[in-house]
Amino acid sequence: MSKHVAKLGIFIALAMIFSYIEVLIPFSFGIPGVKLGIANIVVVTGLYILKPQEVFVISVLRILLMGFLFGNMLTLVYSLAGGILSFVVMLVFKKITLFSIIGVSAAGGVFHNFGQILMAAFILHNEKIMYYFPVLLVAGVITGILIGFLSDNIIKALKHYN
Amino acid sequence: MNKRDIALIIIILIIAVLSYCIMNISSDKDGDMVLVTVDGKSYGTYKLHEDREFEIQNEYGYNIISIHDGEVCIKDADCPDKYCVKQGKISKNNESIICLPHKLVIETVRTMDDGGAGDIDSVAK
Repeated sequence: MSKHVAKLGIFIALAMIFSYIEVLIPFSFGIPGVKLGIANIVVVTGLYILKPQEVFVISVLRILLMGFLFGNMLTLVYSLAGGILSFVVMLVFKKITLFSIIGVSAAGGVFHNFGQILMAAFILHNEKIMYYFPVLLVAGVITGILIGFLSDNIIKALKHYN
Repeated sequence: MNKRDIALIIIILIIAVLSYCIMNISSDKDGDMVLVTVDGKSYGTYKLHEDREFEIQNEYGYNIISIHDGEVCIKDADCPDKYCVKQGKISKNNESIICLPHKLVIETVRTMDDGGAGDIDSVAK
């Protein structure tokens, strides 16, 4: 039990470090607001080796902690909208077992961006922001596939230690 | 990666291309008015062909907006990410610059000829 709690703690710490690295070294794609989101490696990997509710807590805690430490209320709300929607979609895509980890992660990437843009349209009372939708869709797929490949390799490596 | 993953990725990319095409049908013409919205409320409208530079200052911070040679841009702002400045100049119908931290939206629209009154109504929602 205590070993498991320690494991979850390591996952949250890892997710926070990934977020922090991303703040320090932005992996820019040349489009405002688009980033790789390497902290999602922890969420995608977690989906395959932890219980769903544990992954949910890790994802939300990571966003809250990083928001309080380095962001403001507004960025926190955007991140939560994206993080929660992407988690729910990935969980559903994994449960229907049609897709491999790459497909699950790609769907997660797309809905992470979609959740954020929906929240932005809601906060700004402006549907014009949806003009970014196609760009964010493509960006979400690309980053999702990359995160999926990385997570796949991490899961394979982790099997040797269990 | 299996075949279904590839199918999923292709479907998402097709949706992206389609929505891009639909959204850009109306934006190939030059705009003539600049609409500025703060926090969902109209802040002001300006003619695109009258050069001016002004500052919007509110509880979120400041943005310096420049209208010059039929193009609008945000020259400077004190938002943390400066994405609004990086978005550059806009001039076409239905183009926009958005500063999320300051809840500021700047749009260029076309109000003259072809679309007529219907065009104005569709913008003044």
